[in-house]
Amino acid sequence: MTTEDTTTETVAEESSNDPTNDDMLIQTDVSESVSASGTESTRTIVESRNVNVWYDDDQALQDISMEIPENQVTAMIGPSGCGKSTFLRCINRMNDLIDAARVEGELYLGGKNVYDADVDPVALRRRVGMVFQKPNPFPKSIRENVLYGLKVQGIEVDEDEIVEQSLRRAALWDEVKDRLDESGLELSGGQQQRLCIARAIAPDPEVLLMDEPASALDPIATSQIEDLIDDLAEQYTVVIVTHNMQQAARISDKTAVFLTGGELVEFDDTQKIFENPESDRVEDYITGKFG
Amino acid sequence: MGADNLDDSLTTQTENSPRELLARSFFFVCAFVSILTTVGIVFVLVTEATTFFSETAGLRGVTGPTVSIVDFLTGTEFSIASEQFGVLPLLSGTLAIVVGAAVIALPLGVATAIYLSEYADPQTRKYLKPALEILAGVPTVIYGYFAVEYITPLLERYLFPDIGFFNALSASIVVGIMIIPMVSSISEDAMSAVPDDLREAGYGMGATKFDVSTGIVVPAAISGIFSSFILAISRAIGETMAVTIAAGASPKLVEFGTVGAGPVSVPYPDPAYFLEPIQTMTSAMVQLLFSDITGGGVAYRSLFGIGITLFVITLIMNVLSDWVASRYQEDYD
Repeated sequence: MTTEDTTTETVAEESSNDPTNDDMLIQTDVSESVSASGTESTRTIVESRNVNVWYDDDQALQDISMEIPENQVTAMIGPSGCGKSTFLRCINRMNDLIDAARVEGELYLGGKNVYDADVDPVALRRRVGMVFQKPNPFPKSIRENVLYGLKVQGIEVDEDEIVEQSLRRAALWDEVKDRLDESGLELSGGQQQRLCIARAIAPDPEVLLMDEPASALDPIATSQIEDLIDDLAEQYTVVIVTHNMQQAARISDKTAVFLTGGELVEFDDTQKIFENPESDRVEDYITGKFG
Repeated sequence: MGADNLDDSLTTQTENSPRELLARSFFFVCAFVSILTTVGIVFVLVTEATTFFSETAGLRGVTGPTVSIVDFLTGTEFSIASEQFGVLPLLSGTLAIVVGAAVIALPLGVATAIYLSEYADPQTRKYLKPALEILAGVPTVIYGYFAVEYITPLLERYLFPDIGFFNALSASIVVGIMIIPMVSSISEDAMSAVPDDLREAGYGMGATKFDVSTGIVVPAAISGIFSSFILAISRAIGETMAVTIAAGASPKLVEFGTVGAGPVSVPYPDPAYFLEPIQTMTSAMVQLLFSDITGGGVAYRSLFGIGITLFVITLIMNVLSDWVASRYQEDYD
């Protein structure tokens, strides 16, 4: 069950110029992993080493080690209960909010283990945006929704500019530009989800986590979200959990296949996973023999 | 079962079977009895009140003194001995109790609700919430004696040496304590009903617990919180025993001072009112019932004039509560 055998060697460390990010050291990965397109060279932004998660006595993740490349879309697929969402929530420590959850192992964002004692989960979540399964805009105006992250971080910005820019990136601007002061709850489900994406990218996070962002939406809204994810990958690292294999195949550069028991069975370029997986179990899952 | 029997078995009328019929009638009677009681009370209140007001007393064939509605609502003196029945001094007393109680109970109640809903771990909440609700179960007469025996002496010793033995301040403090559980319990229910999705969205954006509690959960639960305020205020308006014991029996209209001068002078109620004995609408009614007034006399009938005024005020509060609840209700589905 080897996932990836790339050897990581740190050759340079540069600290980000963002003051809130002093301790986030960027680790450069010299082994150039090859993306689905086969040409881009990338570096690792998120790296997990032997991450195990328990909910009380039930183990939800077993020894997950993987490297998620920067500015690409990494999909996590697998049957229900395989731990893919749990892994996603390890990255921004949302699992901390669940009393019963216990995380062991190391998970690096840039060069910093986010489970180090001195890491503030609130500060971490300010660098890692998240979009949830069910659209969950705040019962506030569209504008306030977009500005929420900046507001809680106390960052002074040109509000009109950020609102327009974020909503444009989320492909929602044209639909809502005349009603920015209406409640976010007035929007349709697909629009709400794009608002949530605009809200997540407004503070300009390093990584954008998406937990089945289209599963509560109709096919048209789903395809809008998929197009959007494609565009977002130009500027952001996107990690997306999906139970829809076609969706993973369409939008991702890399795919991780989790199977029952919280095991990461295979992690590779999306094309390889779908065309010629190493593992028979993955092949069975992809071709629909189980799961 | 053969096809012959099919018609019979499909046409069995279960809806009107004896058991269903009996059950339906029983539940209907139960519901009807409480409605009937309410209607009966309102009916008595209205018919008795008509014997008090001079505008309607003639129609009821009442002889003897009556009071016009205008004099009743605008009169600044309430005195049984001199047959002056102006409701304003009593309304002023009731308002003082309500304002004092609200100043204490609304912030404390909401803060308690935030703690219970957002900060307390499940174990703490399991014990704390019922403990708090015991406050609501303490007989109000005990609150009255608590005010007289403990709160007034404390206020006299440390804050206001000139405070009356009976005073509005200690009464409003105990009424405030009395209604905290109402505010906190209803507000906590409203906050707990806020979907976790919204909290997760907040935490996912890098919000702190304080940001999520005050910036997301409280606004999302605001309709329930406002409803709790209005219900608690209704309770304070109607509170009788504690204020009868602690606030005294001296109907008194609040005096107004002014700030500023000339055209910009703004009147404000004199806070010294809180240190004096007063009388509320409810305690005036208690006094009327227990004093040596002849049944059928104008003093006796004034009881119903005050009663219907009180009823109208609390009715308005209830309607307001429903309106607020529907106006600010957020639909999350």
